[in-house]
Amino acid sequence: MRPLDPLARPNRYDLLAGAVALALLGGFLLASREALGPYTPTPISLDPRHLPEYALRTAFRMGVALLLSTLFTLVYAPLAAKTRLEPFLIAVLDILQSVPILGFLAASVAALSGLFPGKALGFELAAIFAVFTSQAWNMAFSFYQSLKTLPRELEEAARLYRLTPPQRFLRLELPYALPGLVWNAMMSMSGGWFFVVASEAISVGKTEVDLPGVGSYLARALAQGNMEALAYALLAMLLTILLYDQLLFRPLVAWSERFKYEERPGEATARSWVLDLLRRSRATRRLGEWLAEALLERALRFRPPRALGLPPWLGPALLTALGLLGLEAAARLLLSLGPGEWLRAIALGFFTFLRVMGILLLATAVWVPVGILLGLRPRVAVRVQALLQFLAAFPANLLYPFAAYLLLRYRLSMEVFSAFLMALGTQWYILFNVTAGATALPADLLEAARAYRLSGARLWRRLLLPGVFPYLVTGLVTASGGTWNASIVAEVVQWGPHRLEATGLGAYITRATEAGDEGRLLLGIVVMSLMVVTLNRLLWRRLYRWAEERFRF
Amino acid sequence: MALLQAVNVGKTYTAGQVVKPVLQGVDLEVREGEIVALLGRSGGGKSTLLRILAGLIPPDEGEVRFKGQRVEGPMEGMAMVFQSFALFPWLTVLENVALGLEARGLPKAERERRAREAIALVGLEGFENALPKELSGGMRQRVGFARALVVEPEILFMDEPFSALDPLTAEGLREDLLDLWQAGRTSTRGILLVTHNMEEAVALADRALVLQGSPARVGREIPIPLPHPRDPGDARFRSLVEAIYETLTQREEVERRLEEEALRLPQASVEALLGLAEAIARLGGRADLPLLAEEEGLEVDDLFPLLEALELLGFARVEHGDVELTAAGLALGQADLQRQKALFAEHLLRHVPLMARLHRVLLERGRLPEKRVLEWLEARMPPTEARHVLGVLREWGRFAGLLAYEERGRFFHLPEPEETP
Repeated sequence: MRPLDPLARPNRYDLLAGAVALALLGGFLLASREALGPYTPTPISLDPRHLPEYALRTAFRMGVALLLSTLFTLVYAPLAAKTRLEPFLIAVLDILQSVPILGFLAASVAALSGLFPGKALGFELAAIFAVFTSQAWNMAFSFYQSLKTLPRELEEAARLYRLTPPQRFLRLELPYALPGLVWNAMMSMSGGWFFVVASEAISVGKTEVDLPGVGSYLARALAQGNMEALAYALLAMLLTILLYDQLLFRPLVAWSERFKYEERPGEATARSWVLDLLRRSRATRRLGEWLAEALLERALRFRPPRALGLPPWLGPALLTALGLLGLEAAARLLLSLGPGEWLRAIALGFFTFLRVMGILLLATAVWVPVGILLGLRPRVAVRVQALLQFLAAFPANLLYPFAAYLLLRYRLSMEVFSAFLMALGTQWYILFNVTAGATALPADLLEAARAYRLSGARLWRRLLLPGVFPYLVTGLVTASGGTWNASIVAEVVQWGPHRLEATGLGAYITRATEAGDEGRLLLGIVVMSLMVVTLNRLLWRRLYRWAEERFRF
Repeated sequence: MALLQAVNVGKTYTAGQVVKPVLQGVDLEVREGEIVALLGRSGGGKSTLLRILAGLIPPDEGEVRFKGQRVEGPMEGMAMVFQSFALFPWLTVLENVALGLEARGLPKAERERRAREAIALVGLEGFENALPKELSGGMRQRVGFARALVVEPEILFMDEPFSALDPLTAEGLREDLLDLWQAGRTSTRGILLVTHNMEEAVALADRALVLQGSPARVGREIPIPLPHPRDPGDARFRSLVEAIYETLTQREEVERRLEEEALRLPQASVEALLGLAEAIARLGGRADLPLLAEEEGLEVDDLFPLLEALELLGFARVEHGDVELTAAGLALGQADLQRQKALFAEHLLRHVPLMARLHRVLLERGRLPEKRVLEWLEARMPPTEARHVLGVLREWGRFAGLLAYEERGRFFHLPEPEETP
């Protein structure tokens, strides 16, 4: 799979986009203030008989979010790739990717529930929105990149044979982008599970929200210190993820292989028993063909309507007006805090920064050797990769209560060990990528190394470590973003009545959320976003370029 | 009236401050019932010209007319066969062929009928539901032909359609194409073939146009009045191939190129240069270019940069389709590796001012960042070319022992004493 270059982005428009994102956020938070309506929570039962239903509802939220993310991608990416709004839209996407989304959770719950006062629908939408935010940006980027890197000869053939725009989309652009899109959707599912669990049970100010689902079941079990119920929750989650994997993503991945533009030798072809089953079934095959044909024929007959008679400045003008409103709101919230609060947030951010970097270093030291050893045994690697993908999808925040229990029991320092919690879910990216890198080491280089009797430390220093380096950087970039995000939930953990807190920006954001303090919440998010963006620009982007130039085969 | 006509077409590429005219004042015609071959060296603007004619790229100057109508984009009645086939890998053979019909909004049954006919025409019955990756290169290009023919084009553009195929397959496909053309079983009334293979041009075309100069224009027109089937062993066939070689190695053309190459340095690897010098030396210091190309298994595109490099360095002289080694060239071709390096270094400093200059700076300062050299070059040529020249400088200079290069810090320095031969 072609790795997505997460860092090659324009930066001219970042400032503008940053301002707009900030503005939207400010307006959002302001709107949420008035939006808190009455809500009667459904009691969550700890009886395991209810768990299948809860799991189903959680899975349903995931499904809706995935659908929405796909729709968003199919609209946003072509707009970004084909219109003059490109630099702006891409910069917005870049900012949205860097912002710690968990910080918005409370705000989105408040805002969306405000749309449907007194009904659960608002909260449902908020949970779905949270999952959406963890997938949509990645997927849109993947699609955008595919649209921008269409093979030149196919693009020329499409123009020469005068494909109509819908035909071009269905015959060229969508098929070319599909493998990357499916892969990205699958990889961002792990973030999705994390978010759906976090958003089902959340307290905003004085409102406690409990949506029926695995996440709220867990929260309740936690509040009661019910170990047995906790175990049930884990089991239910595992089963749900397994079903999603087997019933949706494996078939999708295997199916999308057909659309790979270039086949790379040595890449294992994905297989799925579900897909095999569907392919063998005549009914589903006919249905599939019929659907595809109907869609195509419709698209072929489609003639684009004349452009609407709207003045071209209307869109930008509306955006600007909205942006100014939001900016004003954000400024009011932030300015009321004073410079001392800013300094405090930045100092706290530094602590979180130390945790993120420290744990990434440690994870690198542990997983690079493991990944290389795995990658050198391709047959084992294929099997372990599948297992790892599955494990990585498991939402780490389900494990936090157990960690809290252990920390309390052995009187361990939360200041240090919260870092481990942060990396619990994200460390896998490092292992994944390094394993993939070691699998991709050219066989003739390995043979040459053997022929010249290169072994031990020298083999590692001369071949293995430099060989996997670019992959390691890709893994670290992804892991870094996830780890920052996780700090918001990992710096504060609870076990029954006990609460453990680390000194850091994540805890600061969590506390502001709980207190319903929009000013501090916004400040925390802004500071964290700035730190993430700075780190991307100063460290990761350079490291990535260097690795690509120097260590790619 | 000509089927396709280009009048005074010009195209310029701009990169930063450097402006590079690629085509200027190109006039050409494809008349009804003829195959025209467009020849030239790689990077000489052939592909750009073809794409302008097909409406894929707009020209900066002049205009293209197809059946009297100004071309402003791909038009109905045009089709193209691509060097890399350009098949959609996720579509079956049938779907690939029907692509152009879909775009016209024909009903499904009609599309299928005509696509099947086209597939049969190129001899691929039975492969309708195969995916391109299941086919061999030659079969894939047959799909490419079917896709082009199915839209019943009046003009067929071919962009080096046989160059990605092995010689035998290419031969077979060429013959099938000729058969279709001569039997009049297609609607095609004119073919424009871009190629760098002179034998191919003589085998297929009624006229060959040679692109020359920089910016390129149509330098010479060579009529090929041979009857079909044409025999590559035939004397008239050979003499036409010879004539094309001669056109490309006319003395004024060679000298003009050399002047340019003094700054632009031909894309020639040291290994291949020495290999070629040795080969010519074995042939007695003088060789006929078509024979040499055949003997060394070199395509024209590979051969010409090497010849230019040899001439630039004062090792050979090219004229009238022949190459002759100078005394130094003969010595180079017969020497051992150490002596070759010394000779090469001597001639580099004498004949390539750029290298002499770089070497002088290194002698004065000891080291020079690569970036500085690149900036100097980029102020004088487009960035991609500057990178190529830098690459050539680095390779030649390192081989000759005139400079060393530090990969990590990206700078040039003088070689350590023990490194110099």
